[in-house]
Amino acid sequence: MDIIHYLILSLLLFFVGAVGFIIKKNVISVFLCLELMLNAVNLTFVAFAKHLNQVQGQIFVFLVMVVAAAEAAVGLALTIVLFRNRNTLNVDDADTMKW
Amino acid sequence: MMETLFFYFFGGIALLAAISVVVQRRVFYSALSLILCLCAVAALYLLLQAPFIAAVQVIVYAGAIMVLFLFVIMLLDPFSAAILRDKRKYLGYFAAFLGISALVLLILLLRSYDPGQTPRNFELINGAAASVRYLGQVLFREYLVPFEMTSVLILIAVIGVVVLARRQSS
Repeated sequence: MDIIHYLILSLLLFFVGAVGFIIKKNVISVFLCLELMLNAVNLTFVAFAKHLNQVQGQIFVFLVMVVAAAEAAVGLALTIVLFRNRNTLNVDDADTMKW
Repeated sequence: MMETLFFYFFGGIALLAAISVVVQRRVFYSALSLILCLCAVAALYLLLQAPFIAAVQVIVYAGAIMVLFLFVIMLLDPFSAAILRDKRKYLGYFAAFLGISALVLLILLLRSYDPGQTPRNFELINGAAASVRYLGQVLFREYLVPFEMTSVLILIAVIGVVVLARRQSS
């Protein structure tokens, strides 16, 4: 199984995530598309780890997962604060830094 | 041949689930599609001889992080409460069928498991990248400092979340 198949699949996943990241209005949908993009990059890391027969790519995936967990926790807390203060989940309504 | 078949099967599932994440109008269904996509990618990790990453993907990513997402969606989205009142009976029967078949599969797998026949020197069979033991050695020797820094990052995230989500008493 050549590595190019995994790279093309990863590219497609990243592309779908990026398109969703741009066109979605709901904050949580934007977060989900962000997770999709992170996942596509992880697939690239593991594919290269297999291709080069090294384990460093898997360690990077491990670190990316930790960062994704922290990002999801902070982002969802921000979402709850946004909903509490503005009573909306639309990203276009969160247009002021401070009021 | 078998590997190519599995790649296209799970890659197709991952791609369709990813498109479903973007296309779905309800956020709840988007999150469920993302769980499916993450599990399919975990199967691809197994094909790439990364069993530890696959397990972490299912347990941490599809398990913990997505449960957090679903929790917040159910908290904020009034539609997700309506799902609980869904009256379509056939979905219930389908879920029961899936659950029972998963249980049967699990019982068959556990009955066929023999500890005496598991490969002890797994890294010699599939190359160095396949070994969880080798991964742990590299992680805790060469990459010890980044690993410890991730724990500090998690601590900062936990403190930040508590500060952000706390209800202002004033």
